Amino acid sequence: MITSPHVYLPVSVRAVMAKVLVALVPGIAAYVWFFGGGILVTLALATLAALAAEALMLKLRGKPLAMFLTDGSAAVTAWLVALAFPPLSPWWLIVAATLFAIVVAKHLYGGLGQNPFNPAMAAFAVMIVAFPGLMSQWPAAAQPLPFAEQLRIMFAGARHLDAMVMATPLDALRTAFASGEGRATVATALAAYPGGGLMAGKGWEWIALGYAVGGLWLLQQRIFTWHVPTAFLGTLALISGAFHVAAPERFATPLFHLFGGAAMLGAFFIATDPVSGAITPRGKLIFAAGAALITYFIRVFGAYPDGVAFGILLMNMCVPLIDMKTQPPVFGRKDGNP
Amino acid sequence: MIATLFRFKGGVKPETHKDCSTRQPIARAPLPSRLIVPLHQSAGGTPRPLVEPGQAVLKGERIGAADGNFSAAVHAPTSGVVKALAPHVMPHPSGLSALCVVIEPDGADRWIEREPVNYRSLAPDELRDELRDAGVVGLGGAVFPTHLKLKPSQGGRTETLILNGAECEPWITCDDMLMRERAEVIVRGGAVMRHILQSERVLIGIEDNKPQAIEAMRTTVARLGETMEVVAVPTRYPAGGAKQLIKVLTGIEVPYGKRSQDYGVQCFNVATAYSVWHALERGEPLISRIVTLTGNVERPRNFEVLIGTPLEELLPLVGPLPDTDRYIMGGPMMGFPLPSASVPIVKATNCIIAASPALFPPPPPEMPCIRCGACATVCPHELQPMELYWFARGKNFGKAQEYSIFDCIECGCCAYVCPSHIPLVDYFRFAKSEIWSREKEKAAADAARSRFEFRNERQEREKREKAERLAQKTAGARAADAKRALIAAAIERARAQKEQVQPRNTDNLTPEQQAEIAEAEARRARIRAMAQTPPEKPL
Amino acid sequence: MLAALFVMTGIALVLGVALGYASRVFKVEGDPLVDKIDAILPQTQCGQCGYPGCKPYAQAIAKGEADINRCPPGGEEGIRKLADLLGKEFKPLDAEAGVEKPKSVAVIDENTCIGCTLCIQACPVDAIVGSSKQMHTVVAELCTGCELCVAPCPVDCIHMEPVTETIENWKWKYPVAEIKERHAA
Ligand code: SF4
Ligand code: SF4
Ligand code: SF4
Repeated sequence: MITSPHVYLPVSVRAVMAKVLVALVPGIAAYVWFFGGGILVTLALATLAALAAEALMLKLRGKPLAMFLTDGSAAVTAWLVALAFPPLSPWWLIVAATLFAIVVAKHLYGGLGQNPFNPAMAAFAVMIVAFPGLMSQWPAAAQPLPFAEQLRIMFAGARHLDAMVMATPLDALRTAFASGEGRATVATALAAYPGGGLMAGKGWEWIALGYAVGGLWLLQQRIFTWHVPTAFLGTLALISGAFHVAAPERFATPLFHLFGGAAMLGAFFIATDPVSGAITPRGKLIFAAGAALITYFIRVFGAYPDGVAFGILLMNMCVPLIDMKTQPPVFGRKDGNP
Repeated sequence: MIATLFRFKGGVKPETHKDCSTRQPIARAPLPSRLIVPLHQSAGGTPRPLVEPGQAVLKGERIGAADGNFSAAVHAPTSGVVKALAPHVMPHPSGLSALCVVIEPDGADRWIEREPVNYRSLAPDELRDELRDAGVVGLGGAVFPTHLKLKPSQGGRTETLILNGAECEPWITCDDMLMRERAEVIVRGGAVMRHILQSERVLIGIEDNKPQAIEAMRTTVARLGETMEVVAVPTRYPAGGAKQLIKVLTGIEVPYGKRSQDYGVQCFNVATAYSVWHALERGEPLISRIVTLTGNVERPRNFEVLIGTPLEELLPLVGPLPDTDRYIMGGPMMGFPLPSASVPIVKATNCIIAASPALFPPPPPEMPCIRCGACATVCPHELQPMELYWFARGKNFGKAQEYSIFDCIECGCCAYVCPSHIPLVDYFRFAKSEIWSREKEKAAADAARSRFEFRNERQEREKREKAERLAQKTAGARAADAKRALIAAAIERARAQKEQVQPRNTDNLTPEQQAEIAEAEARRARIRAMAQTPPEKPL
Repeated sequence: MLAALFVMTGIALVLGVALGYASRVFKVEGDPLVDKIDAILPQTQCGQCGYPGCKPYAQAIAKGEADINRCPPGGEEGIRKLADLLGKEFKPLDAEAGVEKPKSVAVIDENTCIGCTLCIQACPVDAIVGSSKQMHTVVAELCTGCELCVAPCPVDCIHMEPVTETIENWKWKYPVAEIKERHAA
């Protein structure tokens, strides 16, 4: 029997995912501008790997292929992997990460809608633990290598990168302080860093801006609510601001943190992942604020180049608890109403 | 005018499709060839039939008497002959049948003696009985007996009376047209209700997409000199839900399981007010209602239809288009497909929508929930439908109840926006009816257990008592034995005494002595024998 | 990779300990086992399990004397619940005990009834009313459908009628899931 409601909004999972992909385009455009077209190849590669893995897993799990393959969720995961990984990562690293994301982090947990961890971030975390070296090699921005050279690096494994590889600004700061020369300050460390831009490293800040633009569009499209990006960026700004005010020479500015690394990507595209994130309004605030805090501390005091992935993954683990504890009151049962 | 309107959370704005059926005035549907009047047309108990096959009935004659107070009577919609008292398929999602009175109209449409009452002269209790016996129920769709709602909570008064003309469901226009054309009766009916409830304020809430109805109601209220406020409420489904309208107009949230009169407010559909007036002032029971016939038809329109009219006899009036594949009773958000076109129009039937695959395409296949939260955003009862879905789907009913599944009004907003096209409401209905039936089963099992235990105890007790009686009897027997023994002992004693009279020293006697004794014995024996044989003749 | 493994194992250990602790601290003080078992049994009191009523059967299960698959009215669902409760393997209904049937209630043909009261004595839940030499009736709401009254009737006037679905007791069905999922419900 066909039951009520008999009418539906013309919405679908596919449309939601498609919008997310579209919203990534400004960021990708900036990426190409500053780092060259290699990222497009990486994106394509990741997408193909993701679709293949998805098809395989759907087949193994006896699910309708056509419906799920075209839902776009695999592509979103693939794109996030490609964008979160260092540019010019070797092809096998991207493929392995995507496979891990789809096969392990998504399907072994039950497929679309069931994964407790953001697949792209799970893959990022595993790879950064497994290949710390590869995961912190970043090419110099603003002087994109020729396309052919980029392909060589990605596919032929030409790892004579010394000329171009450098740390990200975040990394540069961390290593400067970690190297134990007590004299390092934010200013000197960033001055020593050739890619320093206006706020957080040349190129990166524009890419981050691109993500922010796309994210705001998604917000306007009501793909997600304001809670997560606001809480994430707000908390990050607050905590970094507090530290910065306390010791400006030791801690970078909030702007540096907001536009550096994967903060914008995380705030608008990863922490907002509905499947692995909290779902109640208050829960979203707690979730995003927690992720931002962890991100900041890993960035500043941890050993990894960025903390967004770990921040989000750790908070992913708390989601069931957060959701349970933040159930909003029901109609007619607010404050003391029995 | 009330200054501020309140806002309920959530809600959606589906396309309304109301214009098509409001272009023409309400028409009276012709007398059908037979009327199938279900006995059970209100929430509560099933009325018991008062007629028998072959009996002639008059229009407005009671054919089913309310079963207790939580029920409402049903009446013959026209004069004619009762043809049968038989089960007929019902306009119900189950497609099951229920007992109906089938009447063949005689065409005379002769009224029974109508007895209007002056509502001002009767006590509220009497008015309520009148309404119950006139079969007046909520015409918004829930068919809750109206007399039960016209009871102020603790004997006092219900401060605010709300007449619900919001009609938020798409396609439905029966209340709209009723307000446009028969505003006066509605307002008068509202005045009757106000009198019964002793209400201070009367608010008439109408969605602002019905300017003509608002206008008609406002002028009528002014003309009749009533102090009622006609309030235009923002058009947003489900603004016409009783709880939502109460919230919008008064700011009060009536939670699930609570009666709104306990919060000093009561809400009735405008069509109910209309029937209340007819029942009291005209003495005419509820035997017809306005029904919107719309959807995939040539001439959508509202009709005044006799209760019991088979749907199939109405359809030619509007001309369903050839690709019509089913009929929906109610609106597209909460209505259900009818099991057959032969079902009768009942008091709950506000609208019949002819549906076609083009007009109402079946939902795309269900995908897994991606926890996007859209459903929670639109839920007017501020529930978390995705969690409820998760529990209902996993048949984790305890959790579903913990997450307030019974607060869900099945408005369908959540399923309307779900990008995964999950039939959320179906899951909730399933879970609810499963929980109900389990609770019933559990109550039955508990009752059976205690009755079984009680019976065992009783049997135990009976056994015990029997045993005791038995014991007593044996004890009694023993007592008798003892008595007998006593008697025996006494006899024995007596004998012994007698024997004692005999000389003991009978041994070692000389022969003379023995002879003497023998003689004495003989003598005694003679005497004894003499004493025993009655003296027949003197010696 | 090794570090990752360690981290994962560490987390698993911590969580395991936490869960174990939680299960101890938040342990629900429950009814004694017999009552829990009895709560699952359908209380039909039919004796098909071989015990004079559900409670005795519950006691037998609790003592480990009886198997969990001997109650036909409880059916598969009942056995499953018992298996869950007792941490045992599910097994199909013991055919010796009987077969699962749709719920019925006893109906007495009132024209034939001679008022012998034998059925009243047989009914385990006092669902039959009537007194000696007067016709008897089954109170349908109280009848558990145990069939114990059928055999004793000397004039065979009691039969079982399956409970029919009506609009009042009709239930919404489980929505048909469109996606093939091997869902472990
Ligand atoms: S709208 Fe649908 S997909 Fe989104 S959270 Fe609700 S149930 Fe899940
Ligand atoms: S159907 Fe129930 S859960 Fe869904 S929006 Fe309406 S009230 Fe909320
Ligand atoms: S078989 Fe009958 S008596 Fe035994 S447990 Fe089941 S219902 Fe109770």
